[in-house]
Amino acid sequence: MSNDTQPYFIVSTAPHTHSGSSVRRIMLDVIIALMPAVLASFYLFGWHAVRLTAVCVLGCVGTEALCRRLMGRDLGIGDLSAVVTGLLLAMNLPPALPSGMALVGCVIAIAIAKQVFGGIGYNPFNPALVARVALLMSFPVAMTRWHDALNPARWLGFAWTVPDATTTATPLGLVKTALTMKQPLPLTWDNSTMLDYLLGNMSGCIGEVSALALLLGAGYLLFRRCITWHIPVTYIGTVAIFAAILRVVDPATNMPVSFHMLSGGLMLGALFMATDMVTSPLTRRGQLVFGAGCGLLTILIRRWGGYPEGVSFAILLMNALTPLINQATRPGIFGQSRKKK
Amino acid sequence: MRTTQALFKLRGSIHPEYFKGLARDKDIVAMPLPKQLCVSMAQHLGAPAKPIVSKGDHVLKGQRIGEAAGFISAHVHAPTSGTVTAVEDGPTVTGTLALRVVIEPDGQDTPANALPPIKDWTTAGRDTILARIADAGIAGMGGAGFPTRVKLSPPPDKPIDTLIINGAECEPYLTADHRVMLERAEQIWQGCEIMRSLLGVKTVRIAIENNKPEAIKAMQTAIAKADGDVAICILKTEYPQGAEKQQIFATTGREVPSGGLPMDVGCVVENVGTTYAVWDAVVNGNPLIERVTTVTGHPVAEPRNVLARIGTSYADLLAFCGGLTCDAVKIVSGGPMMGIAQSNLETTTTKTTSGLLFLEASRVPEYTSMPCISCGRCVVACPMDLLPAELSNRIEAGDYDAAESLNILDCIECGCCAFICPAHRPLVQHFKMGKSRVILKRRQAQTKS
Ligand code: SF4
Ligand code: SF4
Repeated sequence: MSNDTQPYFIVSTAPHTHSGSSVRRIMLDVIIALMPAVLASFYLFGWHAVRLTAVCVLGCVGTEALCRRLMGRDLGIGDLSAVVTGLLLAMNLPPALPSGMALVGCVIAIAIAKQVFGGIGYNPFNPALVARVALLMSFPVAMTRWHDALNPARWLGFAWTVPDATTTATPLGLVKTALTMKQPLPLTWDNSTMLDYLLGNMSGCIGEVSALALLLGAGYLLFRRCITWHIPVTYIGTVAIFAAILRVVDPATNMPVSFHMLSGGLMLGALFMATDMVTSPLTRRGQLVFGAGCGLLTILIRRWGGYPEGVSFAILLMNALTPLINQATRPGIFGQSRKKK
Repeated sequence: MRTTQALFKLRGSIHPEYFKGLARDKDIVAMPLPKQLCVSMAQHLGAPAKPIVSKGDHVLKGQRIGEAAGFISAHVHAPTSGTVTAVEDGPTVTGTLALRVVIEPDGQDTPANALPPIKDWTTAGRDTILARIADAGIAGMGGAGFPTRVKLSPPPDKPIDTLIINGAECEPYLTADHRVMLERAEQIWQGCEIMRSLLGVKTVRIAIENNKPEAIKAMQTAIAKADGDVAICILKTEYPQGAEKQQIFATTGREVPSGGLPMDVGCVVENVGTTYAVWDAVVNGNPLIERVTTVTGHPVAEPRNVLARIGTSYADLLAFCGGLTCDAVKIVSGGPMMGIAQSNLETTTTKTTSGLLFLEASRVPEYTSMPCISCGRCVVACPMDLLPAELSNRIEAGDYDAAESLNILDCIECGCCAFICPAHRPLVQHFKMGKSRVILKRRQAQTKS
């Protein structure tokens, strides 16, 4: 026994063993899970996707470090949460957004939406979504300048930063314009378009277009138990049910269910944004309510709202309701059902 | 075979690494008398016993040296014959001080023979047996140390219909109960019959986790000829199957009400070690002066299941197991989930010391706890269906009223939540503190009114 050299033993409260899980490991898993969609975005949108991803990740990590330094705290970037926010923010931006604007987004996400509230764990709203919506309000033109995926010019560099003839509308944008103009539905929806949408060959935010890549990543998160099925399934399921009802009631003005599934930010939102642990409810029951609420709001905004896409707004609104949902869905504890009898 | 599967699933649980292989196959070995035995008067739940010997007295093995002080208390006996060298304050396992009697063994181990064997307990009468259990100083050996006599004499308005024998041993590392079941199955069953007749119940469930197939087999053989509704209840191996309320739920489907006791749902739960002690006290007239303690952990040279006299110092126990092969940075009295970390090896064993665990540095990583990220894992893991995340935030903010309304007093301190928490929050620490604050507040309110 080495009591002479080491007379002290560590004394702490039980338990004296731990599962080995950590916040850093969870964030690392999310980063791994995002990789298929990030790589897809590079392939589909070329240089601009690379540029936005780099700017956002560095911008978010830098802002986090700076804020912590200014507040006199430890850097706190080791938990990798700023990397996740950076990736998610980039994925929620249109390909031609100038780097300066993306950087503004980073500062909003980290400084205002996260650190002001006290840093990781305390932010009521999803930081990447707050930044996206703030950018949409501040730079409405730049944030809605879309380009087709697989544009032949995508590796050519800075051409897109000036408005040019290659801009297009997103599928949801086309539908919304038709709706407001009371025109017939603008899209043909056949198997080959469906396949294009599944793979990501359409216009939209760089990380949201490839449903397949996102599903792959979500599968990994489920496998690693970083997320559970509750929010994604109720979210996507609710959108599907309401889209189906609308389609049956009025096929002339409503796109089919599969269109709603594959277009816009539904997959990215339901699989990666709504499942953000900090800003979603604690209990499984709460998560079911949360997912259903997100789905309902999304379809309402898509069909009747002022914007073509409602995923960001829907999730942010449900973020605001999370404390209430937590309160309303408290579990009945062991032994309490009998106490009342 | 009289075997049933557990009826109900735990509401929440975890699957830690068990490391039972370290000591599982080691026979129980009796440890020779150490040079000194320090017998604490605070060995059980309730009031500490009052010492009735003084310095210089010569005592015999099994002689009463501490008198139960009140209804919820238990007698304490001399573990061997020898001279009392001191009656003084000494450290207890929780780090507080309590009176202890220090005995220097004379090596003769002369028995006091104060309690005559009751060979035919079936005709001895209920009061005689209950008195014997009290005289033998038996207290729950599974952890809490609740005086067994009290448990076995429930008030008449609480009819008991089921006796549950707890052989789950869900704490990782520990194998003492496993060995006791394996080597003393017949005696455990006899002890069980004694308690069964005291309580007047027909139904007996012996709860064992399915990671102990040999113990299950041994107990099956022991109960083969039993009459009445007796069965081994095989539990899935998950923590905390051994927790009293959880075990009652798993074996009978009954939920002990919030703030209630097992007898509220007609159950009495006794640990296998306690059951053996009851048999030994009644049939052999032996008071509770020794128990099996698992000395284990990777740094221990020879992990063992040691039958040691109560009052043996942790240092002596370790020496008997060959000492350490590498540095240990943490010593835990009990298992890794609910045991108590010790600052030194001077503390001595009590009736509740089920294990002594040594952990090396690589198994005791240092953590910086972070804010809760609301991952919800603790909520899923909590067997009491509490909201550990919210409770902990409230306690951190000093809001004990909110913690009370979130049922903090129902927390069984099992540690599932802290085990699973990725933010390494000191959840159990918060709950222990919060509970004592809430209890204090309730007491103050009572004295005022
Ligand atoms: S320690 Fe308390 S709160 Fe944590 S899991 Fe166990 S019972 Fe639940
Ligand atoms: S496990 Fe830890 S981080 Fe997760 S919700 Fe519970 S307290 Fe918060």
